[in-house]
Amino acid sequence: MLEVTSLHKRYGELVAVREVSFAVQPGEMVGLLGPNGAGKTTTVSMIAGLLEPDGGEVRIEGASVRGETDPVKRRMGLVPQELALHDELSARENLVLFGSLYSIKGAALRRAMDEAFEIAGLTDRAGDRVATFSGGMKRRLNLAAALLHSPTILLLDEPTVGVDPQSRNAIFSNLESLKAQGKTLVYTTHYMEEAERLCDRVVIVDHGNVIASGTLDEVRRLVPAANVLEIEVENPGVDGWCGALREMDGVDSAEPAGLTLRVTVRDLARHSPDVLGWLRDHGYRCSHISSERADLETVFLALTGRSVRNQ
Amino acid sequence: MNFTAFTALIRRDLRLFFMDRRAVTMSFAAPILIASFFGYLFGGVSGNTEASKIKVVIVDEDGGDVSRAVLSALQADQALDVNALALDEARERVRTGKTAVAIVLPKGFAESSARALFRRDQQRPEVPVLFDPSHSAEMQMVRGILTQHVMEAVTSRSMSQASIDDALRDLDGTTGLSAADKTALRNLLTEIGKWNARPQSGTTRSGFQMPYTVREEAVTAHKGTPYNSMAHSFAGMCVQFILFMGIDTGMVMLYQRRSGLWKRLRAAPLSRFVLIGSRAVSSAIIAMIIMLAVFGFARVVFGVRIEGSFAGMVGVCAAFALMTAAFGLLVSVAGKTPEATRGIAILVTLILVMLGGSWVPTFIFPQWLQNVTFAVPTRWAVDGLDAMIWRGSPFSAAVGPIAAMLGFAAAFGAVAVWRFRWEA
Repeated sequence: MLEVTSLHKRYGELVAVREVSFAVQPGEMVGLLGPNGAGKTTTVSMIAGLLEPDGGEVRIEGASVRGETDPVKRRMGLVPQELALHDELSARENLVLFGSLYSIKGAALRRAMDEAFEIAGLTDRAGDRVATFSGGMKRRLNLAAALLHSPTILLLDEPTVGVDPQSRNAIFSNLESLKAQGKTLVYTTHYMEEAERLCDRVVIVDHGNVIASGTLDEVRRLVPAANVLEIEVENPGVDGWCGALREMDGVDSAEPAGLTLRVTVRDLARHSPDVLGWLRDHGYRCSHISSERADLETVFLALTGRSVRNQ
Repeated sequence: MNFTAFTALIRRDLRLFFMDRRAVTMSFAAPILIASFFGYLFGGVSGNTEASKIKVVIVDEDGGDVSRAVLSALQADQALDVNALALDEARERVRTGKTAVAIVLPKGFAESSARALFRRDQQRPEVPVLFDPSHSAEMQMVRGILTQHVMEAVTSRSMSQASIDDALRDLDGTTGLSAADKTALRNLLTEIGKWNARPQSGTTRSGFQMPYTVREEAVTAHKGTPYNSMAHSFAGMCVQFILFMGIDTGMVMLYQRRSGLWKRLRAAPLSRFVLIGSRAVSSAIIAMIIMLAVFGFARVVFGVRIEGSFAGMVGVCAAFALMTAAFGLLVSVAGKTPEATRGIAILVTLILVMLGGSWVPTFIFPQWLQNVTFAVPTRWAVDGLDAMIWRGSPFSAAVGPIAAMLGFAAAFGAVAVWRFRWEA
């Protein structure tokens, strides 16, 4: 289990991370979300021991990390945002080196490397120089290198930057497998759809502050106006035909566009029947109904007034 | 200490260095090539490499036997390449850098110089010497050689019997000399006439000659051991290119920080000593390997021997290797990015190399600058290597350079650790 309590970091006048707290259980993946410069990497760096926090505490399975050589650090694996590989060396030579950092050698190292290459899907390329790998292969090896010493906690700092869809899916599959094995995973990204796919809970940060956290549903519910009902109407009326819908209790907006009527309700389960009943009572025939939930991008937009990707 | 990680990091550094063709070329081939070139220029293996002759033009406006004798003597001199030209052409050749020095023997030179030899009341002829100001050292050398040959030619002419007879004839009518001086001079000329009239072999000439000959002896490690100028040039170039390797050490650390490798290393349970110490040790090992290879080449190809203490030589090399490693660490804290650091590091290295005497010996520096060079680690390295290789000094002569370089290594290392940006 990873516990982060009131982590704080400032550079001069700039507060990079302000009182960030969260906990991650074994078998759980928590997404640390936010735009570039939000403080995600700084937070991960403090957890990994790369940066000294100005305040707060990090506990790994109940123990604080004390000093650079604290054996507690063995329980963590870091996948840096930048590729942390020697291009000039072969994949195997890279892993031998990284295994040595944790005093793994001999048969244990060979076994760990075999598993790592299996995970990365690079068993047949183990002897090749990393410089000859594609970006996706390097990213997979970057992840595998962090798993050599079998950490219980894995810190992934934007591990899919610049990765092709095939490698991205392979990495996602690896992470889901690791989660199933009971690993504790922290995943930073500014790709909201990645967090929606992978993470059990999310912590959204902006300018060093936590602006929202919880399960995906909990976070989505922070933006109730984004519960949208899309209805295809076979016989829409003339201009202003759905004006009365807007007056209904629980309906925030109702906008027709051709045959499609887009209605925003405060609570999808409670107010959708009222909307459909009104349409039926007024003789409108519905050919298709779909609902749309707020995605994390929408949540971030609603909470900060800015898009994650336009930072 | 995690010894497994420590040795693995050293092995990695060595492997990466020897995989880098550019680094290997710069560290091994470049010092060998450049040291061979400079060694050849400064005397070669035996010290007998023929030096290039100084180009000199003689403008003989006198056209007499004395000026012709001077011209012949200068042309016969091994240090000079002499041509006779007209004044305008001589001046043009000096101006365009085709000739270092032009000497004008003016009309009446023989007559006036012969008269002025014994008579201070006589006007001495003026000999214009035109020289290229970028070759002032050669001008001084030519002036010395000219003096020798003119003295021999003029005294030969002045002390011929005909000249003695003329001088004796003119003496009574000469004004400006007291009766006693005239008597003394007459006696002298008469005695020279008797000297000229004595029976003599055909090769004996009248006049003065250089009253000595010179026997040159290069004082090296042992009597009879010729100076091998390759020894100093290899020492100097080795120092220079090993320092360049030290720069690369610092650069690699900066590049690793950028690539994310530094984060992976820092995330592991490793002490700062392991991280920075492994880098220093690998640099020192590379420096030792370079010295072994370069001096090995010098030994096999040019016969450069360690004439002094072998233990002292090993000590000087080891101290310099450690100093280079610390210098590399210092480079890694000099700037935030490799791009910002490389330029300043190269400049500093070139200054260190220049002041250390790798390019030209420090004795040609002004005295104040020579004193300054004792505060430069490369001076101690070059002096230490020179002492152990060709001066044949005992181990005691290596103690000073070793201590100085270890002092610099400690200082550089301390500053590097103090200023090192550990946080990634």
